[in-house]
Amino acid sequence: MSEPTILFQYVLHLADDVLILGHRNSEWTGHGPILEQDIAISNIALDLIGQARNFYQYAAQLSNERGISATEDSLAYLRDGWDFRNCLLVEQTNGDWAKTILRQFFFSAHQIDLYEQLAKGGDATLAAIGAKAYKEAIYHLRWSSEWVIRLGDGTEESHARMVRALDELWKFTGELHTPAPYELWASGSGTGPDLPILRLKWEERVKNIFDEAGLTYPATQWMQTGGKEGRHTEQLGYILAEMQFLQRAYPECEW
Amino acid sequence: MSNQSVIDRTQWPLWEIFIRSKQGLDHKHAGSLHAADAQMAIENARDVYTRRMEGVSIWVVESKHIHASNPDEAASFYDPANDKVYRHPTFYDLPDELKHM
Repeated sequence: MSEPTILFQYVLHLADDVLILGHRNSEWTGHGPILEQDIAISNIALDLIGQARNFYQYAAQLSNERGISATEDSLAYLRDGWDFRNCLLVEQTNGDWAKTILRQFFFSAHQIDLYEQLAKGGDATLAAIGAKAYKEAIYHLRWSSEWVIRLGDGTEESHARMVRALDELWKFTGELHTPAPYELWASGSGTGPDLPILRLKWEERVKNIFDEAGLTYPATQWMQTGGKEGRHTEQLGYILAEMQFLQRAYPECEW
Repeated sequence: MSNQSVIDRTQWPLWEIFIRSKQGLDHKHAGSLHAADAQMAIENARDVYTRRMEGVSIWVVESKHIHASNPDEAASFYDPANDKVYRHPTFYDLPDELKHM
């Protein structure tokens, strides 16, 4: 595969991860457990969708340079499920508050190292986006870590919900650090991080917070993968159906 | 009374939020919000009151620790200052060189 094509895929993957997680978090808007946390999760959703826009704009530029017309909107709204390269973790349903914050925690614990490395990487645009988004990711990790501790080390009920969330989500965490071909290219070319190295940092972060939260770090087990190469769980279809409906039904509609 | 205890169990405590908008200025009361503890109050304040770059520093105080003057005592508290014009430093001629007074 030519280098522009594979860079395009890598940028799309970065964009899809944060668009889908941002969309999932935005489903809480108006439904948060308390007003202040409704605002907090909506802020995080907006941060993520803002990051997605930056990545999609760059992906569209790369696509146009290759003579294939694209815009940030066409990439977000007019691709089908098998074209999306987000990891499986981010498309999982919100469930209860415990599952939502654990999903955010797992992702943010990965994202801060990813963005830190992107910011040092060889691609100037990705480095700029990574540097900006890194600060946001630090806050997301802090916020979600505190919630994992609060619920894990809270009441019997909150602890039980965290354990259930962990059961549901753990099998999707391995994919974060299982490189897809474009990620192997990214680490090889100095554009992005080396995922096996990131995995070690991720495990340490998660273990530390789990210790404080009184949660047991699961023994390594079989991990579900495929999202980064377009093989998704059924959940993605529901997200796209809702997210893309307007642009599909009324092409190029603006409001 | 039973209503009161239901509210206590389902609502987090109320916190008063003070934001400093930039270095050198005072913290100003920005509003109040609910949070389980001080740490969460600061984070909630960050999300509720500094979304548009309003602050560089946040103080939080649990509302129950704020003691206020009684409005019923306003007459005895404030009215006696009404006719004490000599308490204002307005009887001095300031030199032109003196600025920022």
